[in-house]
Amino acid sequence: MLHEPAVQSGKDPAFAYKRKLGARMFIAYALFYAGFVALNLIRPMWMEKTILAGLNLAVVYGFGLIIVALILALIYSRACGRREASMKAGGMKEVKR
Amino acid sequence: MNVLSVVLFVAFVASVLALSFYFARRAKSASGYYAAGGKIHWSVNGIAFAGDYLSAASFLGICGMIATAGYDGFLYSIGYLAGWIVALFIVAEPLKRLGKYTFTDALDANYNHRGIKLLAALSTLIVSLCYLIPQMVGAGVLVTPLLGLPHYIGVIMVGLIVITIVATAGMTSTTYVQFIKGAMLIVFSTVVVIVVLVRGLSTTPDAGGKVSFRENRTLAATEAAGTLTLEDGTYQVLGLTKAKDLKFAKLLKDGRESWWLVAPGPTDGTLALQETQSVVTKADGARIINGAPESKDNQLAQVGNLAAIDGKTGAEAKTGSLNPFKFLSLIGSSKTQVRQWKNVALTDGNDMVTVYYPVLTPGNKILRPGLKFKIEGKLIDRIDFISLMLALFLGTAALPHILIRYYTVPSQAAARKSTIVAIAAIGFFYILTLFMGLGAMTSRVINLTDDNMSAPLLAQSFGTFLFAMISAIAFATVLGTVSGLIIAASGAVAHDLMDRYAGLIKSDKQKVFVGKIVAFVVGIIAIILGIIFKGINVTFLVGLAFAVAASANLPSIVMMLFWKKTTARGITASIFVGVSSAIGLILFSPTMYTLYGKDPLTAPIPLNNPGIISIPLSFLTLIVVSLLTKNAAKPARSV
Repeated sequence: MLHEPAVQSGKDPAFAYKRKLGARMFIAYALFYAGFVALNLIRPMWMEKTILAGLNLAVVYGFGLIIVALILALIYSRACGRREASMKAGGMKEVKR
Repeated sequence: MNVLSVVLFVAFVASVLALSFYFARRAKSASGYYAAGGKIHWSVNGIAFAGDYLSAASFLGICGMIATAGYDGFLYSIGYLAGWIVALFIVAEPLKRLGKYTFTDALDANYNHRGIKLLAALSTLIVSLCYLIPQMVGAGVLVTPLLGLPHYIGVIMVGLIVITIVATAGMTSTTYVQFIKGAMLIVFSTVVVIVVLVRGLSTTPDAGGKVSFRENRTLAATEAAGTLTLEDGTYQVLGLTKAKDLKFAKLLKDGRESWWLVAPGPTDGTLALQETQSVVTKADGARIINGAPESKDNQLAQVGNLAAIDGKTGAEAKTGSLNPFKFLSLIGSSKTQVRQWKNVALTDGNDMVTVYYPVLTPGNKILRPGLKFKIEGKLIDRIDFISLMLALFLGTAALPHILIRYYTVPSQAAARKSTIVAIAAIGFFYILTLFMGLGAMTSRVINLTDDNMSAPLLAQSFGTFLFAMISAIAFATVLGTVSGLIIAASGAVAHDLMDRYAGLIKSDKQKVFVGKIVAFVVGIIAIILGIIFKGINVTFLVGLAFAVAASANLPSIVMMLFWKKTTARGITASIFVGVSSAIGLILFSPTMYTLYGKDPLTAPIPLNNPGIISIPLSFLTLIVVSLLTKNAAKPARSV
């Protein structure tokens, strides 16, 4: 049987850029997430301290992890989109790993 | 059974089936059946992602866990959402670029190795089955209050409907079912949260006046030389029983036996007996609930309310409408008291007794981790917590039914955009879960024997229409997720195993036919597992499925993309070790020992969540085997 993508995507000149950016943003978010887990384990009492609008650190950090995920996702998408457009316009060749 | 509930439920199911038959004509080719022809718009796919992901675990399980364990349940929301970052930044575009119908395609794209095809397909099957169990359990949970049918009937109904959906139209139908269901779930969950905030908090929740609130009774007593004497002489003391560190009194009044928690009284030397609820199972199997034979009208009462709100009790404690911040800050106040319920099993002669007793928990402990996960406990408990959070973070990007959705869109950019839509929709929903769970915790709607029903029962406290809508959507949630899982399993067998591994498939049409047969078989297996696992919190079960997925699949995906020395044998070894170690650790964990009816303290593995061992082990295996086999391996083509 044939083995090819359901839809041919063609070459992606921005692939290397996107992979590098994705890895960096992943590490940044993973550190933010790890900080949350560590704080829960090392300073659990801090999590019940009220810090913003009557909300405690547990709620603010938890909501923060959700909201920051969306913000980073939008930044990533914007950066990837611009790179794809500029490479397409400039006719740059694919950069492989 | 409520007529409106039944009408809405039937309408939902009929719509879903009609959609399936409508899209059946697009499922003639393998591409149409397994990947919706790669023609789904990214925005539709993004919401369909949310539909896939917001399964019974998210809606029923998380809300139920927050209702009973507070913030600890919300940790699942945080972990599940964070996992999408891994999917977006690491997995989405390469997988779209490399694959065709299944995750195995992408993994094997650079190697064309039979071992990868075999093991990745088996891993997909195992993870899909692990994930199917909680969905089927959720289906059974829903039909009992919705249609008045037993748990197993619900499981069988879901199984049969899903088999029909998958066998008729495949991925196109599943995508649109998920899109509609995902959107409706978010809209109606928002409605529930709005009405929770408008109703506000009260120490005497009465479902807006529809159900009169009944305060739990307390009896004054004294104890001398092991003899209990009650102030109220109408009760007769039948005996005292110790269980765990607690003491319970068995009392008799008007021919009805009841169990009371013996607690210290307001002054030294006095006792206050607190009313409990009880289920007594006689030697012949007959069940006595709260002193009377079990019947349709005599069931355990729903529980969960605030005993004090920011230090206030009674009528003055009622808040009226609240904004979201005030709602959370009042519940999280150290002067707020939440009445939670715990249970203990004991024996009374030949009778097995489960006593459900109230405990007061201050609000500041409700809104921080620690009620379920013992983060201040022993080292092993802390490691278990890290293990869970690790599996939730890394599991999403390794779930087969999520990964196959990347093949339904036309381009890598569409894959990326649909992931962002998914993050926005899912993130918003997970914020809502905190309000729904806390709303259930404080509205006297928790079912003592099954916390999975907390969100639908919360909706019921606002009227039948909302209950019927929420329940029908929850049922559709199960339908959609199970459909996606069965398609993933079907693709693993028909495409990966029978076609690419064994070379048995001769035509496109045959591949679709085999996929439908596999869907039928997997559906039947799912029905059986759903009946066996009745009563387990569905989010807990999904947490385990995440651990298996993260251990089996993620190391291979990440290393294949980021480490040039990765070999095919390294990948196969990693998948094998990941799956077997994760499942092995789960089977010998304390939770499974409880399920086997054994003492959980005797479990050889002290961890409930295997990820912290199985995920690094899978990575390590891949690295070691790849280094050992690098000379024998063909160089991998570039990604």
